Amino acid sequence: MAVAELGAPLIELRTITKTYGAGQAAFQALRGVDLAIAEGDFVAVMGPSGSGKSTAMNLLGCLDTPTTGEYLFRGINVERLERNQRALLRRSCLGFVFQGFNLLARTAAQENVELPLLYRGEPAEARHASARAALDKVGLAGWEHHTSAELSGGQQQRVAIARAIVTNPLVLLADEPTGNLDSKRSHEIMELLTRLNREQGITVIMVTHEPDMAAYARRIVHFVDGVVASDECHSALKPCC
Amino acid sequence: MLLNALLLALHEIRRNLMRSFLTVLGIVIGVAAVITMVTLGNGATQMVATQIASLGSNLLMVMPGQRLGPGRDSAGAPKFRIADVEAIQQQIGGLKAVAPVVGSSVTLVAGTQNWSSTVNGTTNDYLISGNWKLAAGRPFSDDEERAGKAVCIIGNTVKRELFGNQSPLGNSIRVKTFDCEVIGLLAAKGQGGMGQDQDDTVLMPLKTVQRRLTGTLDIGGIMVSLKDTADSAIAMTQLRSLLRERRKLADNVDDNFNVMDTRQIAETLSGTIGTMTALLGAVAAVSLLVGGIGIMNIMLVSVTERTREIGIRLAIGALENEVLLQFLIEAVVLSAFGGLVGIALAFVACLGLSTLMHMPFLFNPGINLTAFAFSAAIGIVFGYVPARRAAQLDPIAALRHE
Repeated sequence: MAVAELGAPLIELRTITKTYGAGQAAFQALRGVDLAIAEGDFVAVMGPSGSGKSTAMNLLGCLDTPTTGEYLFRGINVERLERNQRALLRRSCLGFVFQGFNLLARTAAQENVELPLLYRGEPAEARHASARAALDKVGLAGWEHHTSAELSGGQQQRVAIARAIVTNPLVLLADEPTGNLDSKRSHEIMELLTRLNREQGITVIMVTHEPDMAAYARRIVHFVDGVVASDECHSALKPCC
Repeated sequence: MLLNALLLALHEIRRNLMRSFLTVLGIVIGVAAVITMVTLGNGATQMVATQIASLGSNLLMVMPGQRLGPGRDSAGAPKFRIADVEAIQQQIGGLKAVAPVVGSSVTLVAGTQNWSSTVNGTTNDYLISGNWKLAAGRPFSDDEERAGKAVCIIGNTVKRELFGNQSPLGNSIRVKTFDCEVIGLLAAKGQGGMGQDQDDTVLMPLKTVQRRLTGTLDIGGIMVSLKDTADSAIAMTQLRSLLRERRKLADNVDDNFNVMDTRQIAETLSGTIGTMTALLGAVAAVSLLVGGIGIMNIMLVSVTERTREIGIRLAIGALENEVLLQFLIEAVVLSAFGGLVGIALAFVACLGLSTLMHMPFLFNPGINLTAFAFSAAIGIVFGYVPARRAAQLDPIAALRHE
């Protein structure tokens, strides 16, 4: 899927709000967010802590549900789906990368990567092959049988990315993927994400608070106090929005 | 989906070997402890019941001297004579056998072996009243009894100690100054109600013991065996008045002999068995509870790790039901495996301990099933319920669980 084919929005948020708690202790993390993201885009979501960027990310990934507002994925209103349907959406269209990696403990890299395929019911042979291919893509060929404890932070994050892309998702959601890594590893991860976006056409949405990481993205969305404060295309790249 | 969940569950068990091992261990110990306890208890109960039966059920034991107790003196009481035995035989109805007994502790020598035992001088009636059977040989002949010949019938323990595996029949045993031919071997009876070895005994004709060992015509006690239809209370009353008459006791004088009814002993022991059974039930209930708490702890301790894991699984696209099924299978597999190992362990332990304690081994399917079901239920409930709670959270809440 080429960049030129950017079309109708893949993801659309309409006046989304999210409130934690209730009554006087209630905290409004999102106060009406409108955002459209086209297929094949590479979006960096920035903002100070507490600005609602991670909350928005979790909503985009169907890991959390908004208090009010609509979330359209390819025109389908996600809020009207049942829990299991949202799980199926995650399974078939979304890939996640977390700041804390969230790999299964005491589990080999390859098994971690195979996990989403297991839930898809793919046969063992196909699973092994896809997992090895994904690990190869993130530069971890030869590390298949190392457990999380035997891998460095950068390698663990790359395993997590392999796990996210092994299902060929439409969208890769990354919540501060470089937050726990040093700058050299961070740049490696960003180059990997950029390559996946350019070569495979995977839509990448990434939360970060580091401007030089955000610089890899084509589009930068700033959150402040639960609303979108600015939304700009990166000057170094071709216009996209 | 089921196959998939099974696969995932087995993966999970293998991945968390330590946790799986501890869970299984909790169940194994819970199940094995309860089963062993109850099975051994049943065996002990059975053993006591057998011992009561081996006493002979309808037996009166007559001894000189008053009933033991504070302030009683039995030392001066006159012994019985053979005339007393004959009087009982002739004047009291409903009797199966009346056996006089004179006991004497001696050292027995056969070849190079020697063994200390008790010689009982008696008649063939002793075999009936004592519920003995002959494993080999023959009882005393009339001639041997009348003439007090040097012959003996030995118990199984004496045979083992003096003759090992060889047949004792026709061999002779040296008792003090005379040699005594073995003419019979008693069938083994095992431990008595008071824990004594009933098979450690030698029987000789009454006159042989009186003449060659004790040197008096005294009789130590009389064993009176009643017919099954006879009423032991009536027989006991008759026996007492007969003996009081023969011993010329005035109405205001206490008995200088006592009569013990084995039925009374049996009733006392039955009460003891009832208490024992109740105690066992209580012990079993407590160990089941303790075992259950152990299983519960292991399951609950790992909830945090498992909740995060469930969050990860949900985030990468697992359905709630898939996660639940996986955890349910995991709990069932571990609990069932632990339960089976526990039953096997209990079986081995019961077999070993009952052999060691000379008790019968009674397999009790009820307690095996109860212990297994209870432990498995706890394992499954506490493995499944926290997983269910976690799987119902939004994935992000499960991921952030601390």
